[in-house]
Amino acid sequence: MVLVLAIGDLHIPHRAPDLPAKFKSMLVPGKIQHIICTGNLCIKEVHDYLKSLCPSLHVTRGEYDEDSRYPETKTITIGQFKLGLCHGHQVVPWGDLDSLAMLQRQLDVDILVNGHTHQFKAYKHEAGVVINPGSATGAYSSVTYDVNPSFVLMDIDGLRVVVYVYELIDGEVKVDKIDFKKTSTATI
Amino acid sequence: MMISDAMEDEEKWLAEGIAGIQHNAFYMHRALDANNLREALKYSAQLLSELRTSRLSPHKYYELYMRAFDELRKLEMFFKEEERHGCSVMDLYELVQHAGNILPRLYLLCTVGSVYIKSKEAPAKDVLKDLVEMCRGVQHPIRGLFLRSYLAQISRDKLPDIGSEYEGDGDTVMDAVEFVLQNFSEMNKLWVRMELQGPARVRDKMEKERNELRDLVGKNLHVLSQIEGIDLDLYKVTVLPRILEQVVNCKDELAQYYLMDCLIQVFPDEYHLQTLETLLGACPQLQPTVDIKTVLSQLMERLSSYAASSPEVLPEFLQVEAFAKLSTAIGKVIETQGDMPIVGAITLYVSLLTFTLRVHPDRLDYVDQVLGSCVKKLSNRPKLEDSRATKQVVALLSAPLEKYSDIVTSLTLSNYPRVMDHLDSGTNKIMAMVIIQSIMTNQACVSSADKVEVLFELIKGLIKDLEGDSEDELDEEDFNEEQNSVARVIHVLYNDDPEEMLKIICTVRKHIMTGGPKRLPFTVPPLVFSALKLIRRLQNQDGDVAGEEDPATPKKIFQLLNQMIEALSYVPAPELALRLYLQCAEAANDCDLEPVAYEFFTQAFVLYEEEIADSKAQVTAIHLIIGTLQRTNVFGVENRDTLTHKATGYSAKLLKKPDQCRAVYACSHLFWVDDQDGIKDGERVLLCLKRALRIANAAQQMANVARGSSGPVTLFVEILNKYLYYFEKGNPQITSAAIQGLIELIKTEMQSDTATPDRISDAFFDCTLRYIQFQKQKGGSMGEKFDTIKV
Repeated sequence: MVLVLAIGDLHIPHRAPDLPAKFKSMLVPGKIQHIICTGNLCIKEVHDYLKSLCPSLHVTRGEYDEDSRYPETKTITIGQFKLGLCHGHQVVPWGDLDSLAMLQRQLDVDILVNGHTHQFKAYKHEAGVVINPGSATGAYSSVTYDVNPSFVLMDIDGLRVVVYVYELIDGEVKVDKIDFKKTSTATI
Repeated sequence: MMISDAMEDEEKWLAEGIAGIQHNAFYMHRALDANNLREALKYSAQLLSELRTSRLSPHKYYELYMRAFDELRKLEMFFKEEERHGCSVMDLYELVQHAGNILPRLYLLCTVGSVYIKSKEAPAKDVLKDLVEMCRGVQHPIRGLFLRSYLAQISRDKLPDIGSEYEGDGDTVMDAVEFVLQNFSEMNKLWVRMELQGPARVRDKMEKERNELRDLVGKNLHVLSQIEGIDLDLYKVTVLPRILEQVVNCKDELAQYYLMDCLIQVFPDEYHLQTLETLLGACPQLQPTVDIKTVLSQLMERLSSYAASSPEVLPEFLQVEAFAKLSTAIGKVIETQGDMPIVGAITLYVSLLTFTLRVHPDRLDYVDQVLGSCVKKLSNRPKLEDSRATKQVVALLSAPLEKYSDIVTSLTLSNYPRVMDHLDSGTNKIMAMVIIQSIMTNQACVSSADKVEVLFELIKGLIKDLEGDSEDELDEEDFNEEQNSVARVIHVLYNDDPEEMLKIICTVRKHIMTGGPKRLPFTVPPLVFSALKLIRRLQNQDGDVAGEEDPATPKKIFQLLNQMIEALSYVPAPELALRLYLQCAEAANDCDLEPVAYEFFTQAFVLYEEEIADSKAQVTAIHLIIGTLQRTNVFGVENRDTLTHKATGYSAKLLKKPDQCRAVYACSHLFWVDDQDGIKDGERVLLCLKRALRIANAAQQMANVARGSSGPVTLFVEILNKYLYYFEKGNPQITSAAIQGLIELIKTEMQSDTATPDRISDAFFDCTLRYIQFQKQKGGSMGEKFDTIKV
């Protein structure tokens, strides 16, 4: 059982002052094995905070990130799954499922994690699973109206991944979960 | 060397003294057993003579004293049993006065006196009065103090207090009080007489010895506090004034400090509250070197705890005007102690503020008053340099922030900014950070433009360069932290009412514009997004805002936004500005403001053309432009054409061929929007894709020429995917033949001699073919479509 936190688009301090208190109290060091971050943190302070939660931190570059050295895309293998990470502002049209599918094929990954739209999404298509953890701070987005703060926790166990999405709605944390299974060691 | 010698000597003398006592005690016990009064008196007097020594320090003298004390208890028991010695207590009282030396005589007299009082053959008050007067005979400080201490000890349970068995007629309590007060006064006089003279080493030793004796004097106050018959009135009228008289008149720093402290500790807080004026009135009369501020702080601390533990006494505080009295007293003390260092004065104000916040938290006028007094004290002085004083000022300013969790209350204190003005610029910034931290921790919100104005005045040290800032103070990390804090705080400035919100935004803008090029990249973005959020709110509001003269409209806010982002050109920060312009363009699109959106796109393009030279930055920037433009639907044909033409043009002009290729096929999406009314220009889509293909070809040829082998086929696979995208969406210009051709091309390229095998593009191609297969197997119309493609 490997826990992977997928989080991004915090936009601190441009669009939000901090993570919601309720999220902060949930994210405790030592519980998570990997963090994959879609980008737009934006400052070193946020990077350091995430690093303190888990030393295995992977970040891709968002267009507002202070550190320009983050890569445009990244692929990571966790257990039986290949994960791809990309912020998503590079994929036009933004949020377009088919265009994202192309990126997924290009990276040849089972799970593609991307951001930019600040809207949580988790769905399965021919090439695999696409997950958008949304914005952890509920930051303003030109693409999405009424953003609720959200992040995703993936539980990778063998050929199965359970995706938990945590959303802050009207001050309460609501959790939902979705199951995905790989049929073999080939892609889903 | 000399000190250890002296110590050794003292040990020797003490040992000798103890031996002397033990020796005489032995014979005294024999006399007691034989009921021989004469002998008993003789040996007890000899025993007590050991206490006549002047060679011991108080610490050692005490040991000797305790031995004697124990022996006197046995003697007292003997005295009590008249049948054993046949002498009446009155006669005994006479008899012991025949002892040769005065010290033993008085110890014996006190011992008999104890028995005398117990016998009730004379009123307690008479005996006590006699004893306390007689003790005057010993004027040596240490000996006298211990003698009177002995008197106090044996008389403790025999005072003519109300309800005690020794209660007398008339004003019995007064008698008890008189006795104790007199003993106290005399003891204090003796104590003070231990003067601090001579070289420093001797003085230090003397001071230590004096301190060892202080509890003997203080005990009397403790005894007074235990007298049942003393009520508030008696305390007010007699007890306190007499004690204070002694304290003030002794003019001794050590005694005054200790006794004031003792006084405050032993008597109940209720009494202090009711005698506040008298108590405080003594303070300026004390020696200027007395650490009166600690005494006053103690007093205020006790009164605060009293208020906290018994809220029902709060009206009393108001009734006796505790705050006013303390405030005045502190002012007087600061005035009289002219050379009190500034840190002392401020510490006093900190104590008073702490008191005020605990006892009268709702009286903001009191809080402001304390701050005002501090301001007055700090005026007409250069900026604070003493770090301890600075620390105290920070403590003073932090106290209201901690007490009132909503920042707005502290913002109403008119003297708060005035105190801050007296801090040096470094500390000013630290304090500003403390304020911001307090806001963030308490999740406070500032919701009026007026309060925002006050807040930004307070944190102006962070907002702009002030005089007194030195250039080399600027540590980059600290600076970034400061500016990021300011950025964060901008997000908690909020009001539901759009008019007020706009006022807030204008106020913040006014301030941050004074920040200079270093600060703008931090402070402009949060304000921009704040404004964009407001626009969105107004968007959702239907209809005009009735009754407003100059209503907040999206158009007005866009004008402000334009100015704000323009300011970034002075930094310069073209990449950031471009992103912000694009955000505004999209927002204008959502508001249906075509000219405004066009203007923002123009600004973005101008920046791209003129300011963004770095090739990597250009790639990101052009994709952002394409992505934003793809989503806008407000433009008429002409405007849209101009902008798309620009976008595709710049895409083709990027430095590296792969980047060109990708940007150009991204542009294809500008001509195909999937919604109902979206543009679906199949031809122009194809044009873009063909152009991308040409560029990919050129890239391959260049690779052949430059490196002798062709590059990876990735670009072709990407373009293939785009062909598939449009094929699926039903673009009639995209034929299965074209797709087939592309597939063949890729296969050929991969198999050619000059091909560089690339795992990644191989996998990509495989995935793509798998996808086509998947679509074929879908059946239905999609299956039919894909049927014509052979993989």
